[in-house]
Parts: sequence; structure tokens; C-alpha cells
Amino acid sequence: MALLEVEDLHVSFRTPDGVLQAVRGLNFKVEEGKTLGIVGESGSGKSVSTQTIMGLTRGARVSGTARFQGDDLLAMSSRQLQGIRGAKVGMIFQDPLSSLHPYYRVGWQIVEMIRSHDKHVSRQQARTRAIDLLRMVGIPQPDQRVHDFPHQFSGGMRQRAMIAMAMSLNPILLIADEPTTALDVTVQAQVLLVMKRLQEEFGTAIVMITHDLGVIAEMADEVVVMYAGKVMEHGDRNTIFYEQHNPYTEGLLLSLPAYGGERERLVPIPGQPPSLITLPEGCPFRPRCPYAFDKCVEEPTPIEVGRATHTSACWLPTDTRRRKKLRQEVLAAEALPAEAK
Amino acid sequence: MSDTDDVLLSVKNVVKYFPVQASGLLGRSKEFVHAVDDVSFEVRRGETLGLVGETGCGKSTLARCIMRLYDLTSGTITFDGKDISSLSVRQMRPFRRDMQMIFQDPYGSLNPRRRVGSIIGDPFAIHGIADGKERKRRVQEVMELVGLNPEHYNRFPAEFSGGQRQRIGVARALALRPKLIVCDEPVSALDVSIQAQIINLLADLQDELDLTYIFIAHDLSVVRHVSDRVAVMYLGKVAELGEVEGVYAHARHPYSAALLSAIPLPDPASAAERERIILVGDVPSPIAPPSGCRFHPRCPKAKDRCVQEDPDLVPRLDDIETHVAACHFPVADGENIADSTPELSADKRIVEEGLVGNV
Repeated sequence: MALLEVEDLHVSFRTPDGVLQAVRGLNFKVEEGKTLGIVGESGSGKSVSTQTIMGLTRGARVSGTARFQGDDLLAMSSRQLQGIRGAKVGMIFQDPLSSLHPYYRVGWQIVEMIRSHDKHVSRQQARTRAIDLLRMVGIPQPDQRVHDFPHQFSGGMRQRAMIAMAMSLNPILLIADEPTTALDVTVQAQVLLVMKRLQEEFGTAIVMITHDLGVIAEMADEVVVMYAGKVMEHGDRNTIFYEQHNPYTEGLLLSLPAYGGERERLVPIPGQPPSLITLPEGCPFRPRCPYAFDKCVEEPTPIEVGRATHTSACWLPTDTRRRKKLRQEVLAAEALPAEAK
Repeated sequence: MSDTDDVLLSVKNVVKYFPVQASGLLGRSKEFVHAVDDVSFEVRRGETLGLVGETGCGKSTLARCIMRLYDLTSGTITFDGKDISSLSVRQMRPFRRDMQMIFQDPYGSLNPRRRVGSIIGDPFAIHGIADGKERKRRVQEVMELVGLNPEHYNRFPAEFSGGQRQRIGVARALALRPKLIVCDEPVSALDVSIQAQIINLLADLQDELDLTYIFIAHDLSVVRHVSDRVAVMYLGKVAELGEVEGVYAHARHPYSAALLSAIPLPDPASAAERERIILVGDVPSPIAPPSGCRFHPRCPKAKDRCVQEDPDLVPRLDDIETHVAACHFPVADGENIADSTPELSADKRIVEEGLVGNV
């Protein structure tokens, strides 16, 4: 049994302009000790889905199931959920400054976290644990810095303190929502290193939500690619990066500047993501897709591509050779008008 | 370096200190944030100079000094052959036609209550260049140039997506056909698929209009893609400067090397292969920057000399004249500094137990 199993999750919000469909039929599993990467652009539903699972979206219409160790989180009372949040599932968010209370010392906040879930721990024990945690995430002189206020920490230290807090109760699952987006690259490297170390040591499973394919390449075992509230493609890391089937995944990877080699002109995805209130008919990526054909006005269901662990919601042939031929045709057609210019 | 005719902008020994709000009895400030400290470089016509570095390294302050949005503490800025470093606001005005800026936040940098046509028309109004029908014609012309629909002249910024708003910002900067555009993180607020659209647009415009760019970004892959030369800044100083290929393939300064090794690569195979240099600690306070080489407390190669002597920005090892680095002990090709230990006593460097070595 997987640690977390999300099935057919739908999340929508009522807005003055109409119903906003943030997540439309999301399925994924997180195995113990593994990292699942959820990648997508703004508005793809990647954050909303995990927030909903943890009972943090208000005023949303939710359907589907999210089984955590066998129990459906979506059917739990808020009290039951409170016992799970923090204790069994740790959470880290993008902005550590707004997740830490500015008025309380960092150490106090970690102590409070520990003691609110386990009353048997004495204040002294909790404080010792807080210092250990800060040391573990690489905060220098943790026995002194434990008394600091959040504003006395740098951005990277705050995010590491957040990780320390999220890890304080040895959660079995850690949900990290854009944990390094606000950080500089060298600090990002520190934070990712800390997360990997903790995972190795404690066997924590991680759900890593990010828009950064570089972070995904570094951290994830399995990858879910989301677009307009749907899973476009799902597979293990190498499949997604090297044998992707879905044109959206391909488009994302092509639009990145290469790190090495020739500096060729970038290949952007034309247009922009659809409005979640008035979604296009059929495949949501159809209006931007270079491969779109008649069939795409029908909503594609995820199909297995090659192997059972790789699915893609796209009508393109699963046969790689046929797809490659199509790709060449599309590229040739695109190259023409540019030359005519 | 090159023909002076070829140089559009020259920055010489530019220093910018900001006084720190004093909390003392007399309220007089004796401390300063050393935001930019003795920076010199040249930008040639038609080239793109990338400016990289992390939060607080002074890259945005430097950009604002170049634009003369800040007064310099000392130093000289020469634009198109004229010294503009001490011009008054009024004297600066004619130069502003030739130097424009594109900002990071396509939401914050456009007035939400004004129509797009009037936002882009501002430069014409300010410089009294065109009005009435003529202004509208020229605004629509520049809208078309950046890929906006000229019929959207009367819309408000809120009716545009993030990528289109950034095009509005580009259009405004281009309106008067400037010679130099300073792009301050122009794509970092955009989604990847849109990012590529704007980067291509900037490249096309450069070819078409012979623009010179200073391109500030923290995304090193983007900087590599757009720049001819790149300057790596650390704590108000230039650590390394040179042609993009040279700096990226043969980073001499350990900070540049660490920065480059920290880029998350969207390619699992090469990500697994490469050695990452994880820096310890954070950037020290720019109020009291470290002595000697400012990077020494975090540098894996630091020796005593680095504490005492500020290294010059000169070619190192066998590098060509145009590739310069400010480091006493530059990184050799193929040298792995991930596991080096500094020859410095512990009180002179930052120590973090949790972060030594690689996973």
C-alpha cells in the first residue's frame, strides 16, 4: 500500500466570474521514503491540490479521495486532520518569513510545535530537541540561535528553520511547496542538500511541488506534470526528462535555455495558459499545442505509454518512432514561416 | 580593451554607500551599507553584458547608479562619450531618451489605472516628442514591434497576462529607441514557457534596433543564453568578468565556480554527474564587509593572504586579457574545490557542521 494515494481529486471555487476549476481529476501515489515531484506553471493546480489534501483550502468544493496510510484525509474532521498535520505530515512553504511567526523566538516556535502534539514532552526536552534539529539543518551555533527571532535569520536560515520545524515530529511525509523558489541558487543548493540528508536518515517521503525542472531533476524519483488542473504526464524521472510523450512536457523542456552546448534560439510555448473558468473543449493544451489535430477536441484520458508506470493524457501515438516522425514534420512546418520572414 | 568609439558605457571605480539609519542618541549615522564598492567595466555597443550575483550583491544598486536614479558616492559613469556621473536631474533628462530600464515585476511597474496606450505614450509626452494622432501612431507602432495587438491601445494592464504585461514594459522602454536598456530581472517573475517568449523578443529587438543591454538576472542559465560577456558580483564587488564561454567553462573565482555548480540542471544525468560546491553560511553583512577578499570567510580555498589583501581584478592563470578574476588562488581547469579545506583558522571563517561535503 502506498503511503499517500490520491484518487480522482477535484477542487473548484465559486468566484464572481463563474466556477473556477482548479484541480480536475488528479491521481497520484507517494511511496514510503520516495520523492514525488509535482511540476507545473502558475495556475496548474499543483499547490491547491496538496493544500486541499491537508484541509487548508477554505470555501472549495472538493471531491475524490486522499488515503494516507489507508485513511481518507478528505473525509476527516478538522480535529482529526490537526493530529496528522505536523505530526505525521510536515509542511514547508515558499515564503519562510510568512510561515514563521515574527513575534516569537524560533526555538519557542519549534518547542510549541513539539509540545502541541505530545504533551508528555517537557519544555526542557523539547528545547534540547529544537537545538538538535537546528544543528541538523546546518544552523551555526544552534544553542544560541535558538533564542533568535525569525528576522535575525537570513532567508536561507529561515527556510532551514522551517524544515527543522516540519521535521520536529519525525513526520513520515513531508510536503514541500516551492521550498527554494524564494532563495538564491547557492542557498537553494544548501536547502536541497539538507532535505536529501534528512530523507536518507529518516526515510521521509517527500512531495516536492515546484515550477523548476532543475529542482525536479535533482530531487524527484517520480514526476507528475500538471497543466490547467490536470495531470498531463506521469512517470519516473528519467522517462519524463528523456522519453516524455506529452507535448506539454516536451514544450516545457524545450523552452529552457540549455546550460551547455550551443546557444540556440529558445523554443517557447506559444500563447498562454487557459482561464480556469472558461476552459477550452477537450485537451486543455490544445490551443498551444503544435501537434493538435481533430481528435484533440475530445478530452484525452491518461494512457499507458510503453510501460505501466508511464502515463500521458494525449492522443498522440504511443509508438515512439511515429511520434518522432510527427515531431520532425511539425518542426519543419514551424521553420518555414521564420525563414520566409 | 577596445576602441573607445566602440564603448557605449563605461563605469569607473563606482562606489555607492547608503547611510544606515542611526539609532544613537544624536541620530547621526556613522555606518554605511557598502552596496557597490569600486566597480569598473565597459559595455560595448550592441553587446549584452550579464550581471549575476545573489541577493544583496549590489547588482540592482549598480543598475540604478548607471541609470542615475541614485547619486554616486564616488566614481565616474561615461555614457556615449559624456561623463554623466554628476549631472543634475534636469541635465540628465536628454540622456534618459537613450537609456531605459525594464523592471522585474510586470504587475508593480505598470499603473493599473491607466490605459496601456497612455503608459507607453509617456516617454513621448515627457520628452515632448509627439502628440495627438502622431503619438498614437508611434505607440501602436512600438506595440506591434513587441508583439502586442495595436488595437489593445485602450485596455488596462489588468486585461493582460503576465507575459503580455512584460511586453508593455518592453514597449515603454523602447518607445524612444534608446541606445542602452538595463533589464533588471526581466523574466524572473514569468512562467518558463512565457520566459522563453520574452527572451526571444529581447534578442530579436537587439538585432533589429542595434540595442545594447545590461541584463541582470539571478538565473544563470538565462544569463548564459542572452549575454556576450558576464560580470559575477559578490558583496558589492566584481568577482569575475569575461566572455560568457570563458567564465562558464573556466570559472576562476571560487565564488563563480560555486555559483555555477549550484544551478539546478534540468537534466538528471548531468545533475548526478557533476560535483556540487556547497558554500557554507550566508553572505556577510554589507555594513562591515570582511577584510581582504570579501569572500574569504566562505571560501573553500581561503588562505591568510586572502584576509589581508584585496585581490585585483586581473587575468589569472593562462586566461586571455578580457577574462579577469579577483582571486589570489584561482581555480585551475579541472580542479575540484568541493572537498578543499581552507587554510584559515576557524575564527576567520564560517563553520557549519551540517553542510560539509557532498551527498
